[in-house]
Amino acid sequence: MNVSVPINYTQAESDLIDRFEQRKADLPGSVAVAALREAAIRQLREKGLPHRRVEEYKYSDLRAFLKSAAPLAEKAKLEDLESILSNQNVFGDLDRYRIVIANGAFVAGLSDVEDLAKEGVTVSSLQDALAGETGAQLLTMPKTGQDDGIVALNTAFVQGGAVIVVREGADLSKPVELIQVATSSGSQAVRNSISVGKGAKLRLLETFVGDTGDGELNTVFDYTIEDGAALATTRLITGKVSTARLFTSIATVGAEAEFKSLGFIAGSRFARNQQFVNFTGENSEAKIYGVTMAGGEDLADQTLIVDHAVPHCNSREFFKTVLDGRSKGVYQGRINVAPHAQKTDGEMMTQALLLSEEAEMANKPELEIFADDVICAHGATSGQIDEDLLFYLRARGIPEDEARTLLVLAFLSEAIEEYDEEDVTEGLEERVRDWLAGH
Amino acid sequence: MLEIKNLHARIAEDETEILNGINLTVNPGEVHAIMGPNGSGKSTLSYILAGKDDYEVTEGEILFNGENMLEMEPDERAAAGMFLAFQYPIEIPGVATMEFLKTAMNAQRKARGEDPLSIPDFMKRVKAAASHLNVSMDMLKRPLNVGFSGGEKKRAEILQMSLLEPKLCVLDETDSGLDIDALRIVSEGVNKLRSPERAMVVITHYQRLLDHIVPDVVHVLSKGRIVKTGDKDLALELEKNGYADYVDTAA
Repeated sequence: MNVSVPINYTQAESDLIDRFEQRKADLPGSVAVAALREAAIRQLREKGLPHRRVEEYKYSDLRAFLKSAAPLAEKAKLEDLESILSNQNVFGDLDRYRIVIANGAFVAGLSDVEDLAKEGVTVSSLQDALAGETGAQLLTMPKTGQDDGIVALNTAFVQGGAVIVVREGADLSKPVELIQVATSSGSQAVRNSISVGKGAKLRLLETFVGDTGDGELNTVFDYTIEDGAALATTRLITGKVSTARLFTSIATVGAEAEFKSLGFIAGSRFARNQQFVNFTGENSEAKIYGVTMAGGEDLADQTLIVDHAVPHCNSREFFKTVLDGRSKGVYQGRINVAPHAQKTDGEMMTQALLLSEEAEMANKPELEIFADDVICAHGATSGQIDEDLLFYLRARGIPEDEARTLLVLAFLSEAIEEYDEEDVTEGLEERVRDWLAGH
Repeated sequence: MLEIKNLHARIAEDETEILNGINLTVNPGEVHAIMGPNGSGKSTLSYILAGKDDYEVTEGEILFNGENMLEMEPDERAAAGMFLAFQYPIEIPGVATMEFLKTAMNAQRKARGEDPLSIPDFMKRVKAAASHLNVSMDMLKRPLNVGFSGGEKKRAEILQMSLLEPKLCVLDETDSGLDIDALRIVSEGVNKLRSPERAMVVITHYQRLLDHIVPDVVHVLSKGRIVKTGDKDLALELEKNGYADYVDTAA
């Protein structure tokens, strides 16, 4: 579409454009990176923030939601950072490595850089990499997702992040937690580039702690999974935050590789977890799970586009949503199968449990198939707690509240169990209980 | 133990009258059988005792150890000692059987002001009860009743009954869907729980269950009313002549 009529900017759009003008000189990166930033902000100037008339944002109108845009967060103070880190423990005593991103920037001093190096993993700063010769490539590498409004916004403002390279054949002894922290209010634009070398295995935990105040959170993960490699990534979007939390994954999956992810959203005012998965080699598999909880006036959006560009790849998408209050859940899942991508096996299921009369779920599973020898299926359900199940539990002496908790947990656990990453199961179920007790 | 006085009840949704003045007194240590044709109100009676809110009591009362049972929530009734073995035990995906057993036992203990069971104590109890009922550890690891055969479901119900140690056991057509061997295992499990302090109400269509679980009193229920009460020989008579006589009486 040719946009010729200048749009009337919302307050947030004006704030973002002003913010860019003020900060562009000191945002990290080479001249080529600066040019990419300019192009990205041009997209915002021309199209505005993504809104309901853009198909992908029909149910999650970011433009309407974002009332203003706060300045970018300032550099974190070390003592604040240490105090926040010592007070949080999302995964209990699970043995893991840690990589810290604070107020938008990679913090080497608090990350397990040396220990990870011994396991064959190099961790470095994205803000430094952006200044180098290949800096621009870091931003343009992913084949899909580049036109997306949230990714463009991220490109315009990206402050930093981690570049993680797992050496060919490395098989880490424990998972790696990539923890993003806000020590003070302010917006954050983070990009993490993760590449898992041939035959290597990585389990990643992506968490966020702190409070960005009225600053939006925009984090992009770019995964490259080489031939024969495996990546399992558990993303937690939790805690009470009053503004938008925008998470994007762009995964490029090579041959005979495995990509597994679980996106866990609990109680964000406006959260969008969007994933672009691209198969570039044959005989690979993607298993994408979603566990979503929303209450009050929350909006929680899980959006997914899987591109089967090559034959003989399988994908499984299984999303579970629990909604209470006047919240709104969104699931958009699209499986594209290219004409020559024969023998594709895609199976997508989205299920919602509505705990209140006013909660609303938009389920939009889509299949776009151009090959003629494929197995693809999709399904969507929305329902309430089964009164017969509730009665059965109560007839055994379990009080109503506890019985409801048990049933909600059972509903969501189906996705957690199928994701089958045993060392995070307990932590995730604990977070479900937290949400049920406190939302 | 249980006193039902002039109980009238209907389906809440469409106001269909189901029970039309039931009177029944069950004392500790007694086993009562309730027999009757389809649609006579047997299952409705069991659901009302357990507290299912699909039914509305329009008249009469139920006293459980002197307390007004109709004012208690289903979980309060359970904690007070009421247990219904369901005719169709429900499958609950995602809830592991062991976890369910522990939650139910401890919820009842909590309601009675008792301490929760320690894990070893809980495991010991479950293992002992499971072995008597031929319930495998594999079954206990699965989600509750999911993928269980008809016989396994009924055995799981009796397992719950043994572990929860209720005062009043109501068995709603526990024999339905059981083959002869399963019937024997389930009946033995039930008989093991017979005691001078515990009462049982056994609801069934067929006399054959009562060969295994021998009742003290047999009632015939028809059109929502008890139309005949006798001893165990009444069941034999019904087996021979059918319900026709009593259905007519009630009409």
